[in-house]
Amino acid sequence: MAVLGWGVAFLLFFPILWMFLVSFKTESEAILPGLFFTPTTQSYAQVLDRADYLNFALNSVVISVGGTVLALAFAIPAAYVMSFHPGKRTRGTLLWMLSTKMLPPVGVLVPIYLIFRQLNLLDSRTGMIIIYALMNLPIIVWMLFTFFKEVPKEILEAGRMDGAGTADEVRHILLPLTLPGIASTGLLSLILCWNEAFWSLNLTTSTAAPLTAFIASFSSPQGLFFAKLSAASTMAVAPILIFGWLSQKQLVQGLTFGAVK
Amino acid sequence: MDSTTATASTAPAKSLRRREFNGLPLIAPSVGVLLLWMIVPLVMTLWFSFLRYNLLDPTVSGFAGLDNYRYLVADANFWVSILNTLLLIGSVLVVTVVGGVLLAVLFDQDFPGRNIARLFAVAPFFVMPTVAALIWKNLILHPIYGIFGSFAVLLGVEPIDFFGQYPLLSVILIVSWEWTPFAFLILLTAIQSLDREQLEAARMDGAGAFAQFFYIVLPHLSRAISVVVMIETIFLLTIFAEIFVTTAGGPGNATTNLAFLIYARALLQFDVGGASAGGVVAIILANIVAAFLVRSIARRLEI
Repeated sequence: MAVLGWGVAFLLFFPILWMFLVSFKTESEAILPGLFFTPTTQSYAQVLDRADYLNFALNSVVISVGGTVLALAFAIPAAYVMSFHPGKRTRGTLLWMLSTKMLPPVGVLVPIYLIFRQLNLLDSRTGMIIIYALMNLPIIVWMLFTFFKEVPKEILEAGRMDGAGTADEVRHILLPLTLPGIASTGLLSLILCWNEAFWSLNLTTSTAAPLTAFIASFSSPQGLFFAKLSAASTMAVAPILIFGWLSQKQLVQGLTFGAVK
Repeated sequence: MDSTTATASTAPAKSLRRREFNGLPLIAPSVGVLLLWMIVPLVMTLWFSFLRYNLLDPTVSGFAGLDNYRYLVADANFWVSILNTLLLIGSVLVVTVVGGVLLAVLFDQDFPGRNIARLFAVAPFFVMPTVAALIWKNLILHPIYGIFGSFAVLLGVEPIDFFGQYPLLSVILIVSWEWTPFAFLILLTAIQSLDREQLEAARMDGAGAFAQFFYIVLPHLSRAISVVVMIETIFLLTIFAEIFVTTAGGPGNATTNLAFLIYARALLQFDVGGASAGGVVAIILANIVAAFLVRSIARRLEI
């Protein structure tokens, strides 16, 4: 069983492992299947030397973090109301929010592109932050709702009896209690933003282009260098792979909207 | 007695009600932006789909009625793209669900280092689509420089030019690799909630491994499988990056799915009207799946 389990895991992981190995080869070694070579970091140096690489990486960080923070700012108050003061319409609102996530991006590509062009948001970080926040808002509200619901109402009510206003209640009682949940929600949102490759390929060209778009630039035949592609890819994938490993459990919850437990 | 308790309990309730919580200001921003995000582009897509509208050619203008849809339906490329979309979704679903179930059963067993092995197995899901596609295309599937090519030479057979000969299959392979861990993770979560005593009882009654799997495990997973199928369908309907960086829809239209067709109409040919008509088709297809998914999730939702 162990052999089978590890064998399957190895097969699935192999492309990533191979990418990692090739990234330490020279370009002439990279096109050969050899396993024995003197590791070199020259491809990393060459990728990092490209004046624009840091700009791509910075864009990825800024728009992923920006989109996540913006979405959390909208989602926390909404999730608070829905979990602690549910009304007749709460159920419907939650399900409706979920349904907005199911609108296929390609169905609204044309209007979003035209609106962005009109507002000068094409190829801008602001534009991408807005798109990413909206894209993940339904998932974030849902996840926060499930985390908030686990907090006993009595704890918040006790605070209210002591005269705490809503803002105090949220800031001093709810947020500290649910910090792990909020953190993993944020982590999932970061992963989804970082790897997003529909809007980033269609709405950015250079100024605001993140790493997904940078990697795509390796697809042209004249730009194809295996070792450099591998080095750039390894750097693009590594941080998010670690985040992903940390948040597997929440990922299942978040991506299935609590439908699978 | 009854009346005293009644007044005692209504008094604090009343004072709470007097401070009836008004959550509207807190929830309105989220609802508002999502409403804008959904309604405005939706209405625009619908409206554009009835217009003659080309971004580069201002002489193309005016109301087109149903012409955009008529051209779309008459265009062989459209039907090829629908077929490719369905083939892509169908194949990836079969591969990822079967693979995911097998992996879930395997990783439900105890073996040394299971948790570490699981980390490696789920890793592909966290690889960004453009990286996944280019690594597979160049380092793995390339007929001369890729691993598969090297193996072919080693075995003395003709290397297969995957993207030249089987472009759609190659895309399916890459997308399946990305999504199998997703199915696996969800099905593993589901399988772990299986009642062990039930399996034990079945074993006592002499049920073999296959009988246990088909009569107990698989029915238990059916709900999770349907959720996986629906969520994947919604994402797979608009697979774009993997095609964009490997084949650009080609050769010819061999790997053009609906998403790529709409992209090409809109941003390569600047035909807003035609692209919007395609967009409406994509929205309708997604909504059919979404209706099932929302209903299935609603059943589990407790407020």
